[in-house]
Amino acid sequence: MKTNDVMLKTATKVVTFIILMFAVHIFFAGHYTPGGGFIGGLLTTSAIVLLMLAFGIDTVKKILPINYVVLSAVGLLIAIATASASIVFDVPFFTHAYDYFDLPLFGETSLHSALLFDVGVYLVVVGVTMTIIQTIGEDE
Amino acid sequence: MLNSSREERFSIVTTIVNILIIVLISTGVLFSAVTALGLVRLPDVYTRTHAASKSSTLGVLAILFGTFLHFWLVEGIFNTQMVIAIVFLFITAPVGGHLIGRAAYISGIKVADETVRDDLGPAVKKKKKRFASKKPADE
Repeated sequence: MKTNDVMLKTATKVVTFIILMFAVHIFFAGHYTPGGGFIGGLLTTSAIVLLMLAFGIDTVKKILPINYVVLSAVGLLIAIATASASIVFDVPFFTHAYDYFDLPLFGETSLHSALLFDVGVYLVVVGVTMTIIQTIGEDE
Repeated sequence: MLNSSREERFSIVTTIVNILIIVLISTGVLFSAVTALGLVRLPDVYTRTHAASKSSTLGVLAILFGTFLHFWLVEGIFNTQMVIAIVFLFITAPVGGHLIGRAAYISGIKVADETVRDDLGPAVKKKKKRFASKKPADE
């Protein structure tokens, strides 16, 4: 029986943005405080799953036309690329580097190449968990 | 206040802040205990979600706000995650209670014997009847 779930839908519209912003915050905070690619990816997945619960799996597929298997493959490629980029500079595999940059909005910021590796981890986590959930959810 | 020394004024402020924090966190703990008591004592699932979604929301909010004030005014850390948590819980906890109550009603769980009025009953019955009559036509 289809029931009126306007409360869930309206709350989801607000809450999804809070979760996504918090996921981005957790992802970038990972270097100095608790956080990082793994739980950032899990938080993003939870926001998408909340959208699926409220609006249905087909609607979410329409608004986010992402092949999550490809997404996890791209994440693995980014991770291996950042790890092997150190070979070009004649240092051991997986050596990371950082430097201070003067960004226009943030002022002096230290940028670390481990962030790129974390992007890979983030994409793999989102891809794998969304693949699992979509595979289970679609099975009828 | 004006004649007192700097340390004395600082200690007065610290005392006021600490009293505020203690009152907030004690209120939160009290409301959480009331929630637990309501979950044990109340007769059916609807009154229990009523207890669980309202008083526990206020209890957790008071505890979070007390913790936020402690870290802000005593330790000097403005923790935005705490503010986000307050807003988030304030939005989600009542919606969760609403959904639990609705799911329980539609799946046919009886209300308590003391209930005098049930407005949702006829509406759900009508909708279920329409759904049952429509279903064979679809297939």
